[in-house]
Amino acid sequence: MVDLPRRSLLAGIAAMGAAACSKINESETAKSLFKAAEDGHRITHRALAGKQGLAPEYSRAERSPTFRGNGSVTVADPFYQEQLAQGFPEWKLEVKGLVEQPLALTLAEVRALPQRTQITRHDCVEGWSAIGEWQGPQLAALLDAAKVKEGANFIVFRCADVLYGRDYYESIDMVDAYHPQTIIAHSLNGEPLPEKNGAPLRMRIERQLGYKQAKYVKAIEAVASFDDIGQGKGGFWEDVAGYQWYAGV
Amino acid sequence: MKKHALSTRLWHWVNAAAIIVLFMTGLNISNAHRYLYWGDYGFDPKDAWLSVIKFPGWATIPQHYNLALARDWHTTAAWPFGVGLLFIWVAMLVNGHFRRDLTTTPRDWTPGAVIASVKAHSGDGAAQGYNPVQRILYGMVFGVLLPLMLFTGLAISPGFQAAAPWLLDVLGGRQSARSLHFIAAWGIFGFFVIHIVLALIDWRLILEMFTGGKRAGAPAPPEPDTMPPEDGAPAHG
Repeated sequence: MVDLPRRSLLAGIAAMGAAACSKINESETAKSLFKAAEDGHRITHRALAGKQGLAPEYSRAERSPTFRGNGSVTVADPFYQEQLAQGFPEWKLEVKGLVEQPLALTLAEVRALPQRTQITRHDCVEGWSAIGEWQGPQLAALLDAAKVKEGANFIVFRCADVLYGRDYYESIDMVDAYHPQTIIAHSLNGEPLPEKNGAPLRMRIERQLGYKQAKYVKAIEAVASFDDIGQGKGGFWEDVAGYQWYAGV
Repeated sequence: MKKHALSTRLWHWVNAAAIIVLFMTGLNISNAHRYLYWGDYGFDPKDAWLSVIKFPGWATIPQHYNLALARDWHTTAAWPFGVGLLFIWVAMLVNGHFRRDLTTTPRDWTPGAVIASVKAHSGDGAAQGYNPVQRILYGMVFGVLLPLMLFTGLAISPGFQAAAPWLLDVLGGRQSARSLHFIAAWGIFGFFVIHIVLALIDWRLILEMFTGGKRAGAPAPPEPDTMPPEDGAPAHG
């Protein structure tokens, strides 16, 4: 058969390719290539949209009928469960780290700040999307109140949920931290956040994927670098699964 | 005059590599949520217009399910694909490849022209320039499928939407853009299969995509290699 050599040749090439791929994936060259591509996307997006460019906002009629909960949908911590049952009377949101005036705000104080309401689309890294109406203060207002020090390059969100035995956390840079649509949401579709969607407070960072939208936020921390947090990759899924830190693609 | 310009050959192989990586990592990414929707949102499988099969490991990069690595490869290969598409369009417009080989007249779309193309193609040394079927197919690939792939890819990136919110509107929403991304990928796959089969029938065609080959049909000029690139070359060529 004339076909056989060609077929075994193709199989050979495929096997070589597979072996090469698993080597390439782990190499430093591949890692720096991926990093360059990721940085390229971030820089291009911001050059085209501007640092303050807005994600699309929708009308109430365009919302999805429900809003899917994903990742952590419940928090095991007994204090959290006790607070959830009572409407979070003693829950505090801390603003700390490289700030001149650390803060600890109650939920009532968060609600009393100037509010932004936005109907936006949530895109999961897996591919699905949901649309909901969020309300809460802009992160910029909290950072200004706490007076972020020079030398702070990232804002880290500390969360109450634990997945695979690790505390959930996420981080963004100062461009997204001061973006007008970056809010700490306490309500979804006009109701206090349900537990599956991050009660009592979750982040909305509208130009990035779902895993950036930290839920059950306990503390907002200004840092110079996130190298010493978790495994140093800037977020729970970045550490655990190797997701890109810039989740804008 | 070479049959294939250097710009064409360079782009062809870079793009071939990029497309293989993009397609196979895309199948891995598809496995993360195997449902396609129309409109802006979609997360409930019961609203899906299509439940996609789970693609087997041998068809995906990497060969096991790994969304992070598949996305790393996908968003990296998107660079040579996207920049390359812009490059080849500029090159084709400048060197006349587009006008000479890809433009069609209404007559090219008639059944008669298609039958004549197929007849002319099956036979030795029949390929005199691009026949109507080739013009239509390559035109669809360059004019529709590849740009659709690029624009739907950009549109489903949440960081890009702030730069061009109109793109999502044109495509009918983010989940529609994602569905079109999937459909266009299979369109390109279909072209890829036909393209490979036809090239394997006459392997010299593959060789020519490396060497450039010689342009058939036109009477050979005395010193082809020293000729300046022709502008508005004849339709055969």
